[in-house]
Amino acid sequence: MEPHTLTSPTQTATLDIEGMTCASCARFVEKALTRTPGVQRAVVNLATEKATVDYQPAQVDRAGLTAAVVNAGYGVAALPAPTVSAAERTAELDAQKAAAYARLKRRFQVALGLTLVIMPASMLLMLPAVMMRVPMTAANYALLLLTLPVLLYSGREFYTSAWNAFRHRAANMDTLVAVGTGAAFLYSLAATVAPGLFTARGLAAEVYYDTTATIITLILLGKVLEQRAKTRTSAAIRQLIGLQARTARLLRPDGTEADVPIEQVQPGDVVLVRPGEKVATDGVVVDGHSAVDESMLTGESLPVEKRAGAAVYGATLNKTGAFRFRVTQVGADTMLAHIIRLVEDAQGSRAPIQRLADRVSAIFVPTVVVIALLTFVLWFDLAPVATRLPLALSNFVAVLIIACPCALGLATPTAIMVGTGKGAEYGVLVRNAEALEKAHQVTTVLLDKTGTLTRGEPSVTTYLPAADVADPTALLRQLAAVERQSEHPLADAVVRYAAAQTDAQPLPAVTDFRAYEGRGAGATVAGAQVLIGNRRLLQEHGIELSPELSRQAEQLQAEANTVLYAAVDGRAVALLAVADTLRESSVAAVRRLQQLGLEVVMLTGDNQHTAARVAAQVGIRRFFAEVLPQDKAAKVQELQAEGRVVAMVGDGINDAPALARADLGLAIGSGTDVAMEAAGITLMRSDLQGVVTAIELSRRTIGVIRQNLFFAFVYNTLGIPIAAGLLYPLFGLTLSPMLAAGAMALSSVSVLTNSLRLRSFRPR
Amino acid sequence: MDFIEIIVTAGGLILAALVVWYFFFSSREDAVSAVATAGGVQEVAVTVKGGYSPAVIEVQHGRPVQLSFYRDEDADCSEEVVFPDFNLRRALPAFQTTRIELLPRQPGRFEFTCGMGMLRGALVVK
Repeated sequence: MEPHTLTSPTQTATLDIEGMTCASCARFVEKALTRTPGVQRAVVNLATEKATVDYQPAQVDRAGLTAAVVNAGYGVAALPAPTVSAAERTAELDAQKAAAYARLKRRFQVALGLTLVIMPASMLLMLPAVMMRVPMTAANYALLLLTLPVLLYSGREFYTSAWNAFRHRAANMDTLVAVGTGAAFLYSLAATVAPGLFTARGLAAEVYYDTTATIITLILLGKVLEQRAKTRTSAAIRQLIGLQARTARLLRPDGTEADVPIEQVQPGDVVLVRPGEKVATDGVVVDGHSAVDESMLTGESLPVEKRAGAAVYGATLNKTGAFRFRVTQVGADTMLAHIIRLVEDAQGSRAPIQRLADRVSAIFVPTVVVIALLTFVLWFDLAPVATRLPLALSNFVAVLIIACPCALGLATPTAIMVGTGKGAEYGVLVRNAEALEKAHQVTTVLLDKTGTLTRGEPSVTTYLPAADVADPTALLRQLAAVERQSEHPLADAVVRYAAAQTDAQPLPAVTDFRAYEGRGAGATVAGAQVLIGNRRLLQEHGIELSPELSRQAEQLQAEANTVLYAAVDGRAVALLAVADTLRESSVAAVRRLQQLGLEVVMLTGDNQHTAARVAAQVGIRRFFAEVLPQDKAAKVQELQAEGRVVAMVGDGINDAPALARADLGLAIGSGTDVAMEAAGITLMRSDLQGVVTAIELSRRTIGVIRQNLFFAFVYNTLGIPIAAGLLYPLFGLTLSPMLAAGAMALSSVSVLTNSLRLRSFRPR
Repeated sequence: MDFIEIIVTAGGLILAALVVWYFFFSSREDAVSAVATAGGVQEVAVTVKGGYSPAVIEVQHGRPVQLSFYRDEDADCSEEVVFPDFNLRRALPAFQTTRIELLPRQPGRFEFTCGMGMLRGALVVK
């Protein structure tokens, strides 16, 4: 060893080895690396597919090590980029798919070009006038030469794939194509090379090169169309990933701004969002206010108001104002990433409706091969001696070629893929195919009133100033000014109401604020003593209600409102009625569900009286009142006992058992994680319209799956017997293998196209 | 029935019987146990070429499993792998290794298949 190598330090490299299948491969790679000059030690781990190499950088470098592995017949993966985003990964996958598609198209074009010569030539050769002049053997050799590239270039994959599968005792659709075209070709080859074998037995030495070439061309055409359609079935995930922001405008602690790649953003960072920009990631607004379009996540088309303290989500679009937010979630923890994962999971799940097709798929190909063999034998035994061999062969090939396991295999997953992707577009996140399938069987929808029919937060429904109040608007502002200091939810309702009624005019200044626990609050506003709270608060301050206000208060209470009493300088001046208000969309959504033939049942903790009033408002005929949270699941069971398939719609943590108990659980409106966990479907929109969308989407998707499965089963159960010659005894009809290839190419494309119809789904 | 017919009939029936036996009854389960790394991850390399080698993978339950699928062909039958019990459908790019991570919580036999359910393998969780 030369001195300088001793002094230079050893370096260690880790290589990702590709293509190792067994322990002997690993040993082989290890040996190849160890023998490379400059390598001191090489360890190859088969399980992790990694080689760890200690080497002298003066003698060999990474490229040299890679070359050693490649020379040994294995591959080395390129160093992964430091941060590969999901978007880049999909882009890479897409590029690969595009390349594969281009190769497939080229193979198809070659096959088509040659077939367009072979077909007319074969037909010409059958004309007696041509037959007389052209020597048969020469013509057959010419056809053979033209067919060989179709077989070996265009159709090569069928044979290698079939062989690989065969070694694994598996058979796939390529097996059928390979055996079918292989048989036709070998027969033709024999007739070309040794026609004497046939003529000696009084048989015509017919060739089937046109059949072979046409079958391969048509099946490749089917594959080209199929590939094109398949890319569109998985478009939803790509769209979701494409929503991700790439950069964020980071606000540094020193006050400077900088655009940084999204991968560098950390929780706790402050990000600036200007009008028209995408929100980079999830966070909480620190200051500024704006309207944000969240439709890409929730399907809700109206922009959502955001002020300090509001949660914002990555990939949503900032509309009007600028704001700053503190990052809470990045990368895989964001809402968008959750949605993508949910959709991916759903697309990977298997629907129970698919079970039969799965069982058939598993035995399909070998069974078809057996049927084809029996077809051959029967035709050979029963047909006239002169034509028995060509007839047997042609029907054997037709059976193999017409059978299409792909139509069966594609029927359900493609529809589920398009359906779940479509759902995500409208804020309906389906957990798995089973939930989607269950949704179409639902007969009864059980709604938890709070948070589904209603907003789940109190709002002021009525503001009643006493008759002698000079300026009701000014009074409302005074009350709001006091309530703004309070943290009670009812107080918040008053502040929001005042802001809406007075166009968000600034509120007067407040001094001496005091909260009265469980009763209300008081303060001095513009020199006046203002009190607002329940009746006890006024009583404690010795304030009497006028008979008029007293009567109005009773009436409001009878209408299921909570009443707030306001007094200024010792005199009762106003009443405010607060209630959990119905969402505007609830009535329409309930009606739509009823139109879909579903019974809508409401469940609430409210008393009988309030429940009846709300139910009547939205047109619900059956309801459960005074239900304790822990009894919700029991109510689901009660309905199930009546023989109903129940969908439970809820939003809170205490809904989780009921959601899980129901045949289908729907968690509504950016609900809690617990509710999402228990639910089969999560609705990003916080209103009932999502339930309607989910059920309509499910019915459409299951409808498409049924059509697909029906088509695939009928196609195969009719096609195979017809190809076998079932119609021959009755009508003298047999199916040419070329027609069989055409039918087969169209069958899987038909199924895919039918699934793609779901892309036109629009919620009503 | 002439002599050739007898030969063809017998040959056809024998061939049919062979097909049935070869694909349905000649089970050949080359089960391979996962190798656990220092981090506790159970790793198995699977080659995809007309089927899965190994086709039967044994792992322990409750510990994460990393399967490295190397797809050694571009025949599109194997372009996807599906683990229905794990809600997993993953595209396998040709001539690349795709890592799939899952956590088997309970023991059992969980089949995995190609996108259309024809190539089959199983994850045996112990």
